[in-house]
Amino acid sequence: MELLKFFTAGNVDDGKSTLIGRLLYDSKSISTDIIETLTRQSKVTALNAEIDLALLTDGLRAEREQGITIDVAYKYFSTEKRKFIIADTPGHIQYTRNMFTGASNADMAIILVDARNGITEQTKRHSIISSLLSMPHIMVCVNKMDLVGYDEKIFRKIADDYLVFAKKATQKEITFIPVSALAGDNVVTRSTKMPWYKGQSVLEHLEQIPLHEENSPAPGRFQVQYVIRPQTSKFHDYRGFAGKILGGSFHKGQEVELMPSAIRTTLSAIEVNGKEVESAEFPQPVVLHLKDDIDLSRGDSIVPVGAGQRIDKDIEAIICWMDNLPFKPGQRLLLQQNSFRTKASIKNIIGNIDIHSMEEIPNEAPPQLNDICKVKIKSADSVVFDRYTENRYTGSFILIDENSNNTVAAGMIE
Amino acid sequence: MEKTFDYLDQLEAEAIYIMREVAGQFDNPALLFSGGKDSICLVHLALKAFRPGKFPFPLVHIDTGHNFPEALDFRDKLTEHIGERLIVRKVEDTIRDRKLQDAKGKFPSRNMLQTYTLLDTIEEFKFDACIGGARRDEEKARAKERIFSVRDEFGQWNPKMQRPELWNHYNGKISSGENVRVFPISNWTELDVWNYILREEIGLPNIYFTHERECVTTENGQLMANSSFLNLEKEDTILRKQVRYRTVGDMTCTAAVESQAYTVEDIIAELKEVKISERGATRMDDRISEAAMEDRKKGGYF
Repeated sequence: MELLKFFTAGNVDDGKSTLIGRLLYDSKSISTDIIETLTRQSKVTALNAEIDLALLTDGLRAEREQGITIDVAYKYFSTEKRKFIIADTPGHIQYTRNMFTGASNADMAIILVDARNGITEQTKRHSIISSLLSMPHIMVCVNKMDLVGYDEKIFRKIADDYLVFAKKATQKEITFIPVSALAGDNVVTRSTKMPWYKGQSVLEHLEQIPLHEENSPAPGRFQVQYVIRPQTSKFHDYRGFAGKILGGSFHKGQEVELMPSAIRTTLSAIEVNGKEVESAEFPQPVVLHLKDDIDLSRGDSIVPVGAGQRIDKDIEAIICWMDNLPFKPGQRLLLQQNSFRTKASIKNIIGNIDIHSMEEIPNEAPPQLNDICKVKIKSADSVVFDRYTENRYTGSFILIDENSNNTVAAGMIE
Repeated sequence: MEKTFDYLDQLEAEAIYIMREVAGQFDNPALLFSGGKDSICLVHLALKAFRPGKFPFPLVHIDTGHNFPEALDFRDKLTEHIGERLIVRKVEDTIRDRKLQDAKGKFPSRNMLQTYTLLDTIEEFKFDACIGGARRDEEKARAKERIFSVRDEFGQWNPKMQRPELWNHYNGKISSGENVRVFPISNWTELDVWNYILREEIGLPNIYFTHERECVTTENGQLMANSSFLNLEKEDTILRKQVRYRTVGDMTCTAAVESQAYTVEDIIAELKEVKISERGATRMDDRISEAAMEDRKKGGYF
C-alpha cells in the first residue's frame, strides 16, 4: 500500500474542515465514540447539519469556541488502495506560515473555493504558495455547489478564472472538481446532481494520482546525521555514517565525493536495517561506509563523483518570514538544512513576490510575518545545496533566530 | 526502474530519521519507555537507527506503582536482552518526598501525579530531549502537536507558540531549562503500529492478547482489571471475562476490551471491525472533558 500526503487550503468559510470531515466520515474512518462526541457537540454549534463534520478537525478549545482553525492539524485515513495523511491548514492570512508548514511535506494540494464567491485573494495566495513549494499536483475543489443550484456555468467560470491566474504560476497539473462537502456530492462517491460533470470524485482522484514523477533519475544525495562508532572489541574499527538518502540512489563500490572537503573515496559498504545491501535509494535510512579513513561529521554530504552539489557561502533564496517580529537588519540567524547548521545573516533584501502576478517587486523593507521575498543570504560555513526545484530537501532550509531559538523563516534556494 | 516504497517503510524511515536527529542535536536525550506497544516500537526503531552502536540515550520509565506486572516484567526482560540502560523513577517516591495527596476513589488514577515524577526526573538528569511514543491519531489536541515539541521549564506546551516544522529541518534549539518532547511515530495510526508489529515480528507483553481475567464494571460499562489498587465496594461484582488490552497504562485507568484475539493477525482483523477509538475504548482519563488532553499537555503531561 502506498502513502499519499496532501494538504488542504481555503478561506475561513470555504468548508475545508467539512470536506475533510466528509472524507473521513464517508470512508468510514471515524470511530463510533468520536461520532457520539460530535453529535453531542453539534447540537450546540451546528444549525443546519446533523453532524458538524468540521468539529472533527478543530481540535483545540480556542478553535472550538471561535469556530475557526488556528493551527495545522494532521488527520489520517486509509482505503484499500492508499494510506492518506492530511495536513489541514488554516485559511487566515495571518496563518500563511502554517500553510507553508503543511505544504512542505505534501505531495499534493487541495485548494477550496466557495462557488458563490469565486477566486479570492486567499485563493491566489494559496496557489502561489503551492506553486512556490513545487507541488506536483493541485486539486481545486469548487465547494458549496448545492448553494448555486449545481450550476455548470458557475463551475466553468471559476475553473477558467483560475487557469488564467495559474498561467503565471508554474503548476504542473491542475484538476477541478465541483463538490458539496456538506451534502457529500463528488467527495467520496460521484454525485447524481451534476450529470454534466464526467470526472472523478475527490477520493477517486486521491487514490489514483501518480506519486512519482517521470523525471530523469535524480543524482544521489546524502547528508551525515550521526556517526556510529561502537568501539567494542567486536566492532573495533566500525565507523558508519548514518543518515537518510535525500535524493537518487547509491551503490556499493561507487566513487563518491565528500562535501565540503571535496575529497574522493569509494563506498565500501551500505547497510539498511543492519544488513549489508548492494544499493539503496531515496528515502531510505542507511549507514554508509567509506573505503578510506576520512574525517566526516554531522552535516557533511556524500555525493556521486560527477554529480556534485553547489557549494557557496552566498545564497539567493525565496523566503517566507514566519516570526511574529519582523526581520531586524543585522539579526543573528542560524541556517539549518537537514542536519547541517551554520551562522548566517540576510545580506540584502531584493524584492517581494507579489501574490497577484507572481512577479518580483523591488523592495528593501524588512520582511514581516507572512511576507514572501527574495533575499541574499551570507553564511559562515559553506552550504552544500541544490536548487529547490531540483531537490526539495537539499534545496530548502530554515532560518533560526539565535537569540529566541524560534524558526523565523522557511527558505527555498534559487 | 520505478520502485514504490510501502507506507510502513516510509513511516519507519521518517521515525529513524527523527531519532537520529535527536542523537545529533541534543546533549542528553532520553527515551520514555512505558512497556506499552508504542514505546516497544520506539525501541525497535532505535535498534534500527543505532546498531551496532549503543543507544545514545537511556530508557526512562516513570513507574506509577499501578502498572500491570506483565508490562514491568516485559520491560526488564527487553532492556536486559538489548543491553541498554534503564532508569526507573517511582511516583510513590514523589508522593512521599513532595508530601502529595495520593489519588483517591474506586479507580485511583495517578495520571496527574505522574507529571510531577516526569518533570522531577527531567530535572534530575538534565534531560534536554525526551522521545515519546505519542501519536497524532490518538486525540484531537495531539493532532496539532509538532514532532519536536518545545516545553518550557515547567514542562508546559503552548499550542499557539509552536515552531513551524518544515521539510526535514527539525529545529531542536533550546535555552537552558527548556526541553523538547520528540514524537517519532506521530504520523502512525493504531492500525499502522499493529501492521508494523506484525511485519517486524515485534514481541509484546501478553496482556495485549486475549486472556481470562477478573474484571469489575465501571459506571460507563468499561471493564477494569481487578487488582489490589482498586478500592472496591460491597456491591461490586467480580466477573471473569475473556479480554485483552488495546493500550497499556495503569491498571486503575486502562480498561480491557472483550476479545478473542490470540495473535497479531487476529488483533488487526478485530481493529478493522471495531469502530471505537483506542483512547475512547480504554482511557477513563480522557473522558473528563472534551479538552482533557489539551489541559494535561499544557500542564507538562506527555
